[in-house]
Amino acid sequence: MSRLSPRRRAYDMAVRALLYGSTLLTCGLLLALIGYILYRGVPGISWAFLTTADSVLQGTVGILPSIRNTIYVILASLALVLPLGVGAAVYLTEYARNRRLVGAIEFATEILAGIPSILYALVGAVVFCQVLGLGKTLLAGSLTLVIMTLPTIIRTTQVSLRTVPQSYREGALGLGSGKWHMIRTVVLPGSLSGIVTGCILAVGRIVGESAVLLYTAGLSTMMQDFSTIEALMRSSGATLTVALYVYAKERADLAAAFSVATVLLALTALINLAAGLVGRKHS
Amino acid sequence: MRRRRPVETVMSAVFLLCGLVAVAFVLLITVYLVLSGLPAIRQVGLREFLFGTTWASTHATQPQFGILPLILTSIYGTAGAIVLGVPVGFFTAVYLAKAAPAPVAAVVRPAVQLLAGIPSVVYGLVGMTVLVPWVQRTFRLSAGDSLFASIIVLAVMILPSVISVSENALRAVPKEFEEASLALGATRLETYLRVSAPAARSGIATAVVLGVGRAIGEAMAILMVAGNAANMPSLFESVRFLTTGIAIELNYAAVGSLQRMALYSIGLVLFLFILLLNALLGLVLREGVDR
Repeated sequence: MSRLSPRRRAYDMAVRALLYGSTLLTCGLLLALIGYILYRGVPGISWAFLTTADSVLQGTVGILPSIRNTIYVILASLALVLPLGVGAAVYLTEYARNRRLVGAIEFATEILAGIPSILYALVGAVVFCQVLGLGKTLLAGSLTLVIMTLPTIIRTTQVSLRTVPQSYREGALGLGSGKWHMIRTVVLPGSLSGIVTGCILAVGRIVGESAVLLYTAGLSTMMQDFSTIEALMRSSGATLTVALYVYAKERADLAAAFSVATVLLALTALINLAAGLVGRKHS
Repeated sequence: MRRRRPVETVMSAVFLLCGLVAVAFVLLITVYLVLSGLPAIRQVGLREFLFGTTWASTHATQPQFGILPLILTSIYGTAGAIVLGVPVGFFTAVYLAKAAPAPVAAVVRPAVQLLAGIPSVVYGLVGMTVLVPWVQRTFRLSAGDSLFASIIVLAVMILPSVISVSENALRAVPKEFEEASLALGATRLETYLRVSAPAARSGIATAVVLGVGRAIGEAMAILMVAGNAANMPSLFESVRFLTTGIAIELNYAAVGSLQRMALYSIGLVLFLFILLLNALLGLVLREGVDR
């Protein structure tokens, strides 16, 4: 080191400064972001905030309806996208012979992954809300999110299906198992943790999504009726992210918005942690 | 050979169907965007629509539908985010992939993932409450909602994807390259920038293209900090992007009105931008394979 020319030493110092500076900036930004959100959001969080609805009479804010709506949307989307996505991945890795078709499906998956959410919102608002006549409902929002999360599920499942050793498949087939039986008892159980990772990532996208739901699922922060199937089909309301937007922009209630942001931050951290844990087990 | 059982035939058809669903979704999206996007363009005139400089969709007597300000704002905003975000992301990636001690990387990497997972409305909220007032005070403006504020928010939002994609590319550089460079007397830092980074250039280019995609498609975060007036772009003025142009009017434009149809036309233009980016990504990746 000591025999470097001054010019090279200066270069080294400059690069070192850039590397440390950039990394510190990135981490500093995250810390400042988290710190500020917690500072403004935590005071507003109480048991009542999490377990009641907004009350105009008492002038209190509660996000239970948004939490329930978020859970509704997650469950409804996953119920549809999971079989579809896993099925597509199984087709791609286990069945497909026609290379052109595989290419078309993989190309379509890439396009879907690149489409911004505002375009999903636009298409969802036409197809599900207008053409299929669902109106702005949680159901229409969930259906739109199915299209949006499909590539996530297909990709993660595909990757984990490929990690199941070929010899397992040959063994099962050699013992006289049919192909479907082989997939059901050998391939899918072997790639379970990859499928779970895909689900967690999809949940992360759904929890963080706002544009799609703002325009397809409604803005209400009132308590929705989930008691009958018909009510489930008709209920329309804000998920947590949409509620944050409504509190911040339409009601100028920043304290409530920051408290929702705190809840979202905690959920994001939890989802990342879960994905990390499952992923580590997998590898 | 044993005869195939009926369940096998049924299941292979079911799986084929699942596979075709993704293709069907893309077709559905394309067809709907084209079908609902074209009428307004036809009515307004392609030239007037793309190059008109005034967007006044709710004007009572003479509504105008020129989206040039929206297109330019999206391009400038994205370019600004890339200029600010990519260097920071790149150097962070170099540090993480090459220079960071394992325990440090083990803390920084999840932090970057957390940054990626934070919902865009949360970025918008912090932008709106911290960044916008700061911009207003610092530059003595009447309002802080501006292209400048949007660029900063976008730059932060593209950081995580730039970092993780470039880091993976840098890690994939064969050890021999770096060892050869070190053996020839280059310092470690010279090696990272002059040997490892050029060797990983297609991966880094991919990171940049993905960053562009994320920036050009972002709607909610910048909806909260851009001010949303359809001005021609200028750094410290209120601006409207292609995405926010759709977002700001979608909830109240009446179904069937020219205003709503024009929103679908904006969607179509945005979709074309995204397809262009996808094609570019394909080229970048192919170049990476050829080399």
